[in-house]
Formats: sequence, C-alpha cells, structure tokens
Amino acid sequence: MYGGGNVFEAMKATALAEEDPKELAKFEARIDRGEKIEPKDWMPQLYRKQLIRMIEQHAHSEIIGALPEGTWITRAPGFKRKLALMAKVQDEVGHAQLLYSAAETLGKPREQMLDDLVTGKSKYSNIFNYPAFTWADSCFISWLVDAGAIVNQVANSKGSYGPYCRALERICAEESFHLKYGHHCVIHLATGTKKQQEMMQAAVNRWWAPMMHFFGPSDKISVHSDILMRWKVKMASNDECRQQFLDMYVPKIWELGLTLPDENLHKNLETGMWEFTEPDWEEFKRVINGDGPCNKERLAVRRMAEERGRWVRKALLAPKTKYVAPLA
Amino acid sequence: MNTEALKDLLYKIADDQLILGHRNSEWTGFGPLLEEDIAFSSMAQDKVGQSWQFYKILNELGESDPDTVAFMRNADQFHNCKFVELPNGEYDFSLIRHFLFDTAEGIRFNMLSTSSYEPVAQLAKKIKGEIKYHTMHANIWIKQLGSATEESIGRLQQALDYAMPYALGIFETSKFEADLKQEGIFDGEEALKAQWLTQIGEIIAETDLRMPEIQSLQPQLGGRYGEHTEHLQPLVEEMSEVFRVDPTADW
Repeated sequence: MYGGGNVFEAMKATALAEEDPKELAKFEARIDRGEKIEPKDWMPQLYRKQLIRMIEQHAHSEIIGALPEGTWITRAPGFKRKLALMAKVQDEVGHAQLLYSAAETLGKPREQMLDDLVTGKSKYSNIFNYPAFTWADSCFISWLVDAGAIVNQVANSKGSYGPYCRALERICAEESFHLKYGHHCVIHLATGTKKQQEMMQAAVNRWWAPMMHFFGPSDKISVHSDILMRWKVKMASNDECRQQFLDMYVPKIWELGLTLPDENLHKNLETGMWEFTEPDWEEFKRVINGDGPCNKERLAVRRMAEERGRWVRKALLAPKTKYVAPLA
Repeated sequence: MNTEALKDLLYKIADDQLILGHRNSEWTGFGPLLEEDIAFSSMAQDKVGQSWQFYKILNELGESDPDTVAFMRNADQFHNCKFVELPNGEYDFSLIRHFLFDTAEGIRFNMLSTSSYEPVAQLAKKIKGEIKYHTMHANIWIKQLGSATEESIGRLQQALDYAMPYALGIFETSKFEADLKQEGIFDGEEALKAQWLTQIGEIIAETDLRMPEIQSLQPQLGGRYGEHTEHLQPLVEEMSEVFRVDPTADW
C-alpha cells in the first residue's frame, strides 16, 4: 500500500544541463509516444534518482504497512478472517519483494535500501505511523487504506518505467482482493452488534485524518514538478487522487451508517468537487519527520528484524554454503 | 468404530496444526529475509487451513463448530504436543522445529492416507501434497545453514539439542493406540517415530550437525492429555481476544 505525496524533493534547476541534449530529446520523444523505458535504456540521472526514491519508498511502505495489520493476524476472529488476513499481509510483503526488485533494476541493491530504511534516511507512507488499536482499525486499513493505495497505484501503473508499471499492475490486481476482504469485514462490523458498530465508528474517527493526509499535501502547497509529470514518473496530483478517493468511497462509508468526523465534508454539486476541512498539514509534516505516534516503534521493529536475521543472510553468502537446487 | 479413539486422534492433529500455524504466522513482518517471511506465512496458512478441515470432521462427529472449538477452549483442553506451542524464539529454533515437526507430519499424513476412516484418508491425501513442500523447504534450509558458517552451524546445533526432547513429545501415545491400529484408522505413534528417526537422520547426515543421543533424552510429554507449558494459555488468549468480545456475533 502506498499513498504518495511525500515523494519528491525539490530539484536543482541545473540538473538537466548536464545531460546529453540529443539523448534527452530522444528519451522525451519515447515517453511522448507512450513507450516504456526499460532498465538498460538511456535515461537522465534525475529520472533514475527520482524513480529509485519513489519505488523504494513504495517498497518500504509495503513492509512497514505489514506491521499494523500483521499484529492482528494472531487475534483475527474466526478461521475465515484469520486465513484471509494472513494471505493479505503476506501479499504486502510479496509486494515489497517485487518492488525492491524493480528498484534494483535501477542500480540500488536491496540491502542498501533496507539499511536506508532502518537508519531513517528513506521514508515510507506516513499513514503507518499511526497505531491499529482494535480489530476495526485493521479492517479500516484493509478496506480504505488499500482503496486509497489502489487509486494512487493505478495511476502510476500507466507511468513510463516498464519494471515499475508491470509490478504495479500485478500489485493492483492483488490489492483489489484486499479491498473486497476489507469491505466485507467493515460491513460485518458496521451492521453487526452495538459493540461492533461502536468499534467500527471509533476506528473511522481515528483514521480519517491520516486518510486525508494519505495522498500528500494539497497541490497548493506541495512541491510541484512539471518535469516529473512530463516524464510520467508522477501520474496524478495529490489532490486529484484525494478527490477520486472521496468520490468513490465516501458514499460507500455513509451507506453503511457510519459517519465521518468532518462536518464540512460534502460534494459541491456545481463544481463536482469534494469540499472538506483543510487537513492539518503541520501534523503531517511533524509525523513524516519522525514525530508521529509509531515512527520509533515501526523502525525499531524493522531494525530488530534486520539484526536478528543478519546471521542467516551472512550464512547464505558463505562460500562453504551448499547450494541446494530447488526441487520444484 | 471407536469414535472416542478417532476423535482423540483428530483433536491432536487439528490442535497441532492450529497452534503451529499460529506460531508460523507470527513471523509475518519479521523474517530474516523477505522470502522467508513469505514462506512462513504460506506454511501458516496451510496449517491453519488444515486444522480447520479436521475440526470440520470433528464437527460432523458431533463436536461444536470449528470456530467455537478453536477459539473458545482453554489451554488445558488442547491436545497439541508441547513442541508446537513453544515461542518462535530466533529463526534457528523456528527452522529446526519446522524441520522436525513437518517431517513427522509428512509421514503421519502418508500413513493416514490409507486410513480405514474414509474422510480422514481423503483429507490426508490432499494434505500430504501440501506438506511435501513444507518438508522440501525445511530440508533445503537445514542443508544450507547446517553447513555454512560457524555461527549458523552452532546456532542450529543448539536449537536441535534444545528441541529434540520436545520433538519426541510429538509421538506421545494415546490411550487408544491399540484401538486405532486394530480398526485400521492409524498405524500408531511408534511406527511413525521409527520412520521419522530415519528421515531426519538422513538429512542431518548431509550437514555438519550432530544428531543428539535420542536414547538418553527424556521426552517432553503431557501435551496430548492437556498438560502444557506456560506458553499455551497466553497464545490461546491472544488468538481469541477479538472472538471472545462477542462469541455470538458475526465477525
């Protein structure tokens, strides 16, 4: 799952001056024609750098995202939910594997990306810095955070870098099952016993602000990059994704008798746009810069997993290791 | 047919699968590499799914529905061996347990695939195919890490020595052993154990690991009769935390 928004850093105006103008023109013409760029093709350094940054952040979001939901696997109520949630979170880890491989095609090894994650050098989706207090929180994530991720990822799957697009197509197909699973869970809670309904409403109240933050700061205040749009690295603006999400899911949430904790939220029928209370972007910045409720815990867990697993990875690299051919 | 004997057998299998599946699932997000995270999750799903199928057979034999049986009992009502309830510890212990337990399981389901009780035979045939991949996975890793670095060999040896008395508890005989054999339902724990010792010995011989002296070990028994370590009750409480909020609710 991945939202976006926080991805791009401001670029130096001179960055493109160092590129070969002929190659650059050919590259841009290919993108204009809708061709995909492949790992061995010529590409500007800036394109490579921003893509690594974006795909890596996406991969990190998948493994960090496995934590708040993973903690509910051992507590999922009943066989059906337990099996489905295990498979769902496993998918997320699989997405990370797929995305690290896509990023590796651009020249950065997986180990290095994981190191940058645990040292805090590279980021992941902000929403996973919030805790999943109850089972209903995990249901909210499975349905609505995944829904938000699909909006963003479907857009990006039409981008210009071949390996990333192919990974995203597969990821979106799997995410669509997560969304069905999550919706099913939320329906059961929202239409269940009084206790279940209260649990679900409380989760919606807790997660709405992070959900509004999920797509990143408003286009009015975020770092613009026409060139990344032109190169089809970024395919839709933060506000476009947010509007699409609201349009698709607010009616579905209301339909279940749930309320959303923003009395200004409504669709302006004249403009066709959703209006809402401006999210607190100062909080967004604070959390993304490390001061959210779970930042430290998430990274500590990841660091622990890396450290505890180091001997295994070292052993696999030992020249004495017997290579055992896979049997199937 | 001795239904009590059959139920006793089904309970211990189902409970083993559920508890070890639950333990395997705890690796999600924590694996030493992403591929192992994913592998343990697959095995967890298989095992929990298999336990569900056994609880369904038990349900047909008059026991409560699978969710109630799995999520509403206390530790002393579980029939799993103590081995599966031990905490995951480090990857070395989890891997050794996976190797020792799944090898036994592969043999158990092979034996059960010719059981005179048809629903069990059918299910065992299906599960046998799934477990084959679990044992292949375990064997590959034991061979690799059991002959790699001083650290990996040392860790696996220590885990093996610690695990073996518990592993022997898998084969704790039930009071119905004779009935099960006589009715052709199951050939018995002793026959299973003999095959198991041969199979694990063959794999260990291909590594730098040393097989513990089985004869001198005191098996960790009691699990099949509801005696457990202090680790099972907290596991059961965690597993049923949400379910017990309202056991009659549709989750």
